[in-house]
Amino acid sequence: MINSFDILETIKMIEEEHLDIRTVTMGISLRDCCGSDINRVADRVYDKVTKTAENLVSTAEQIACEYGIPIVNKRVSVTPVSLLADACESADVPVLAKALDRAAETLGINFIGGYGALVHKGMTRGDKNLIDTLPEALAETERVCSFVNVATTRAGINMDAVKRLGELVCRMAYLTRERESVACAKFVAFANATEDNPFMAGAFHGVGEGEAVINVGVSGPGVVHKAIKRAGDCNLTDLAEVVKRTAFKITRAGQLVAKTAAERLSIPFGIVDLSLAPTPAIGDSVAHILEEMGLSSVGSHGTTAALALLNDAVKKGGVMASPHVGGLSGAFIPVSEDAGMIEAASKGLLSFDKLEAMTAVCSVGLDMIAIPGDTPPEVISAIIADEISIGVVNNKTTAVRVIPAYGKGVGDSVNYGGLLGEAPVMPISTCSPLRFISRGGRIPAPIHSQRN
Amino acid sequence: MRAVVTVIGKDTTGIIAAVSNVISDKKANILDINQSVLDDMFVMVMLIDISGCTVGFSELSEELTALGEKMGLKILAMHEDIFNTMHRI
Repeated sequence: MINSFDILETIKMIEEEHLDIRTVTMGISLRDCCGSDINRVADRVYDKVTKTAENLVSTAEQIACEYGIPIVNKRVSVTPVSLLADACESADVPVLAKALDRAAETLGINFIGGYGALVHKGMTRGDKNLIDTLPEALAETERVCSFVNVATTRAGINMDAVKRLGELVCRMAYLTRERESVACAKFVAFANATEDNPFMAGAFHGVGEGEAVINVGVSGPGVVHKAIKRAGDCNLTDLAEVVKRTAFKITRAGQLVAKTAAERLSIPFGIVDLSLAPTPAIGDSVAHILEEMGLSSVGSHGTTAALALLNDAVKKGGVMASPHVGGLSGAFIPVSEDAGMIEAASKGLLSFDKLEAMTAVCSVGLDMIAIPGDTPPEVISAIIADEISIGVVNNKTTAVRVIPAYGKGVGDSVNYGGLLGEAPVMPISTCSPLRFISRGGRIPAPIHSQRN
Repeated sequence: MRAVVTVIGKDTTGIIAAVSNVISDKKANILDINQSVLDDMFVMVMLIDISGCTVGFSELSEELTALGEKMGLKILAMHEDIFNTMHRI
């Protein structure tokens, strides 16, 4: 029989330390839905998504019950919708967003991802039609998440797209000004976007994927935090080992859920994403892990080094636990979704610039950060350009999800409740990058992109 | 399919009898029991075979949870694979 100590350890992780499976995400190809009549395409999209994922929620709930481990989110990601928009005669692409929104509602899921475009080198007509109407699409839907990939290490950075996104993020904030500018929380600008990321807002079903796939995102900042606490004053070599061992166990739970869900839904297993994804709940914070490692507050000098250790150890522990690791895999540092980050940002101990530095060593990027509502579009473009450069030069995924909180300034906060949490408006540089951003064009790919 | 039933709480009389009753009522078979009392804290781990169980897993699990609430204990039923996967390579 299994050792009682191991059984109690697992139960403690779930009951007291917030171990959960953060998301079971079904990726669905929409490539067979294309056509010239956008309304017919919308009907096909609705039908395909609702039919393919009809058992997703019930199956995930059954698995959660049997294994006794919560599965917090059940979600769907689809082929980048701009690929469908290319074939449509109409430029009214939000019709497709509304079809996805209805499909998500029918399925009983809170988010559906993939309403986006890959424009790292240039834009097609469909890309442009989707991007130009993005603020309206996000303002008029509840559950649709969107992404635009503006750069890759191989292609460089499409600065025309970056410039445009600055304007559009401002418009998203304005159109949803009565709802804390929530449209911005559903949009991510990416560099090196991954095709199999199960986490929102940036999930999409890549063009290299099959008909449908099951990807699973694990979590467990609380479990890592408690493991480090129990380890006491050990040195950093030993501390990295503690994180690795813990990450292994967490990922194994994710792998089991992924394998079981794939079998029961008769859909191939894709990847497990090894991310430490915080929630605003107490005891589920990445910031508190860094503080347990010995920082008086996240944001202090030493934060980047501590995060680099954590991120690396999570990957090393996790990779042996699953045959296919993918997605973003690392520590997430969203401000609004992490109780420790919220506290440090509110007290002025965690700056925007420190967050940018942290993104160089962990997964994703500037995430769920509220900035003053009067931030000009070119500053938002410059924020995106800076962050995307870190991804391009370091050959990693980076992303920007900032919220220029309409009508608010430093000292105010936006509050979404639930998983999206609460974000204090953070001060940013007020110097103007207007001339730089207005130049447009493409920043060439870095020299190390020449690998052939 | 085999499941692990874990009972955690303050030690009182009749815990094993009550839990075993629910399990045998549903035609699940007890394969192994491991019990300890540490500082008045009762911990019992039971391995059961539910392949002949007359009710679905969720119903059995709910009934055990309800019994736990009635007796002031935490009772959890979980598929054994979650423990095997997390703790064995």
